Amino acid sequence: MLKKILILFLLAGVGLIFFDLFQSYQSASELTTTAKYYADNGAKEVGAANLVSAIVVTYRGLDTLGEVSILFVTAAIISFVLKHKPEEEDKNRVIKPASEILNTATVFLTPVMIMVGIYIFINGHLTPGGGFQGGAVIASAVLLIFLANPKFHLNHSIIAFVESISGVAFVVVGALGLIMAGGFLDNRILGLGEFGTLFSAGALPIIYIFIGLKVGAELSNIVGILAQEQNIKN
Amino acid sequence: MFIIIAIILGVISLVGGYIALTNPKLSVGIIATGIVSLVASILFLLLAAPDVAMTEAAIGSGLTTVIFFYVLNKIRQGNA
Repeated sequence: MLKKILILFLLAGVGLIFFDLFQSYQSASELTTTAKYYADNGAKEVGAANLVSAIVVTYRGLDTLGEVSILFVTAAIISFVLKHKPEEEDKNRVIKPASEILNTATVFLTPVMIMVGIYIFINGHLTPGGGFQGGAVIASAVLLIFLANPKFHLNHSIIAFVESISGVAFVVVGALGLIMAGGFLDNRILGLGEFGTLFSAGALPIIYIFIGLKVGAELSNIVGILAQEQNIKN
Repeated sequence: MFIIIAIILGVISLVGGYIALTNPKLSVGIIATGIVSLVASILFLLLAAPDVAMTEAAIGSGLTTVIFFYVLNKIRQGNA
């Protein structure tokens, strides 16, 4: 009884806090100073048709580096905790074959999904999406392969190679901005090009390609480790 | 029109969340969380945030759901 009353009081208190927030909320009629600066000068300074990409990669590029590092640490921890020797794998594990629909869909969809992922991160400065989204779509394609064929073996050395090369390249391109342009991750180390074309926005597409490869490799690695963990003998 | 669709999606998402919390079968709960993510991604799309919608659809309803299933399978084998 007392517990229920306490829960009710707690809920009422939380409701009061949120009611206060709700009451004091006023929709802004104009952009804040920072947002206004981005909206006014983003296209001119960065040269990217997709303003979100301009903010994520150049103005707030350091945050993106932090996010990529967090993802890297997560992938590293998962592969550290779930590491096992190849001989522990249960070779005789009986797996029900995947259904006809899943098998056919995998054969047809996997190349298309990988292509869409690459398209998303190459066109990150023109259309919505970017490195993270493209990488996640590529990882979904890898996941589909694992669903259709649980014994599929992901080549970890290729994943590790792609992941580390793109991580280093991301930081190197960022540091080049420090030397050749205004600051870390400044995209004006290359010409801004014609607004709205594929080869525009300076180094932004290059950075996004590296982010896309890195995120795709890391998420695929997580999926691959968890899928292969299913084959371990108990 | 937008308001009606948003309310329907919000109700679906609430029902999904309730099922995820209360259903005794864990597999049903995992699918319900996947549905919540899917509905959220449609809402993001309607709110003119296609890039967030893409992330939510790929990671929230795709990868996370299957990773939960992998973990659930491993727990059921008694080797968590």
